Amino acid sequence: MAGNAKQLKGNTRWALGLNATLVYVFFYAPIALLILFSFSDDPLVGRWGGFTLDWYRAFGENEEVQSALGVSIRVAIMSTVVSVVLGTMAALALERYRFRGNKFFDALLYLPVIIPDVTMAVMMLLFFTIARNAASTIFGVDVSKGVWSVTVSHIAFSISFVSIVVRARIAGMSEKLEEAAQDLYASRWQAFRYVTLPLILPGIIGGGLLALTLSLDDVVITQFVAGPGSTTLPVYVFGLIRRGVSPLINAVSVVMLAASVLLVLLSLVAQRARGGDVT
Amino acid sequence: MGEEMHDQAGGPMTAAVDIQGVTKRFGDVVAVDNVDLEIADGEFFAMLGPSGCGKTTTLRMIAGLEFPTEGSLKIFGEEVGTLPPNLRPVNTVFQNYALFPHMNVLDNVSFGLRMQGKDKRESAHAAQEMLELVQLGGMAKRKPDQLSGGQQQRVALARALVNKPKVLLLDEPLGALDLKLRQDMQNELKSLQRELGVSFVFVTHDQEEALTMSDRIAVMHDGKLLQVGTAEELYDQPVNRFVADFIGQTNLIDATVFDADMIVLANGTKIRAPNPYPAGDKVAMSLRPESISIGHVDEVPEEFRATSLTGTVSDVIYLGHSHVYTVNVDWMPLEVRTNATPTSIKHEPGSEVAIWWDRRSDWVVPDEGHGA
Repeated sequence: MAGNAKQLKGNTRWALGLNATLVYVFFYAPIALLILFSFSDDPLVGRWGGFTLDWYRAFGENEEVQSALGVSIRVAIMSTVVSVVLGTMAALALERYRFRGNKFFDALLYLPVIIPDVTMAVMMLLFFTIARNAASTIFGVDVSKGVWSVTVSHIAFSISFVSIVVRARIAGMSEKLEEAAQDLYASRWQAFRYVTLPLILPGIIGGGLLALTLSLDDVVITQFVAGPGSTTLPVYVFGLIRRGVSPLINAVSVVMLAASVLLVLLSLVAQRARGGDVT
Repeated sequence: MGEEMHDQAGGPMTAAVDIQGVTKRFGDVVAVDNVDLEIADGEFFAMLGPSGCGKTTTLRMIAGLEFPTEGSLKIFGEEVGTLPPNLRPVNTVFQNYALFPHMNVLDNVSFGLRMQGKDKRESAHAAQEMLELVQLGGMAKRKPDQLSGGQQQRVALARALVNKPKVLLLDEPLGALDLKLRQDMQNELKSLQRELGVSFVFVTHDQEEALTMSDRIAVMHDGKLLQVGTAEELYDQPVNRFVADFIGQTNLIDATVFDADMIVLANGTKIRAPNPYPAGDKVAMSLRPESISIGHVDEVPEEFRATSLTGTVSDVIYLGHSHVYTVNVDWMPLEVRTNATPTSIKHEPGSEVAIWWDRRSDWVVPDEGHGA
């Protein structure tokens, strides 16, 4: 690329430079301000009152924040584990086997990626309401929404993302390798365990980290399906804003931002990791 | 094909691979059509044919990677029809090798032994020995992608042979190598096979490769097995037009049977050509370019009068060691190849010539197997 880069001249160069600067300012100025004011010793957001770590201390001490954080982490871990297993299985089935309706399921799997969050949220809410009614009529038990319904919803949208990432990895891996393993006395399970799994592992880890990020960040769907005691951190922050903004939100947001960035970076690293040259 | 095989003592012998009436269908497509085939123990056997002829599918059925739709498939007398690949005493060298990219060379080679539950150190030791045999002793710790194509090929061989298979299957094993390396590997494979005494069954679309390496060759086309035989048998006595045309180069001349000794060509010329077909049958005469002589019209030796034609040279190519003529005989062009020596006469385009051949070098095939 570098060899092809032409030297830009005069006005063009200046205009493009300005454009690039504006784009980056547009992207990162709000983030910079968010981080800056999370250290501001003034209860009004947007007014600098000197440096303080009070808001981070409040974040650590506030029980509501802590319990929301706990819910977030529990939901994220459970939904990630389940969606990684199901998503990987779906990816293997679609990529390795020819069956009736293959194309249809393929398209179906991508749907949650393009459905608007609100639609997904309404769908899930409707589903849980009907499920609750059905459960109380048939079994006479009351299953109200809670951590479980949030987890199920997160699983529902994470599976798609996991299986897309894993599929890309499987598609790049020759079926011949599995056949070679079986030819060399491996059972189907051993062929999966010693050949397929190590080769698609970077995809699985990448997909898992993506699922973790999506679960930790989701507001819209969670808000619809959350019940009492199942408020996640993003939902809690959203609630706080309605009651008035305080730099505590900034501190919470900064922590969430850092966590998300970290996870996405890890995910990218995992996906790029060479599980060998997969041919 | 059908005859019993005998070992050196003359007693009946169990075939390494015994395929009887095997058909493989993929949906409506018949990939392998009612094939009977016996491969002897210790034989270097080639399955030859154009792509899509069913040779690879046949190999995969022996390996257990596909199961026959119909028929019986035995390995050393044991029916293996639907036995999965990991339970068969055969190993495969895959096209493009299919080495495990995440394992080093040693782990690749010891994989089969490990999967059979052999001790780790023992497996590594056996793998190292096998690597020495294929002259890759020093490459054990490398990853496959750090090896050249030829080295990968040897690793694939070692990985299969370390398991001491009763039959080694090779799917276009030399296809990915360049010409020089391919010729070296041909010799190496051949001597390796002689050394180990194991049956090698290999699939190729390259007739020269098949002719050079194999004890016997099976020619397949459109899922059907057309002919099994030694290189000489296939070359000199092809069973039909397809085999005649596919193995080497030949002139196929349409004709009609006159009697057991004569055929009639399209222009009415009678040619001496012994054949087993009833009079009036449509046949084709296969005439190899190198078995035809060329000369002036009045030069035809007396004994070749009944096996000669006249024509006009339309083209001549000088190849150093030979001249390749295109001679138009009345209704079709024929290729004639003669040794070029300093004393040999070159016939220029436009000259009237006679061509003749020994009656033992023409071969009559039934008029089937078109579309070669």
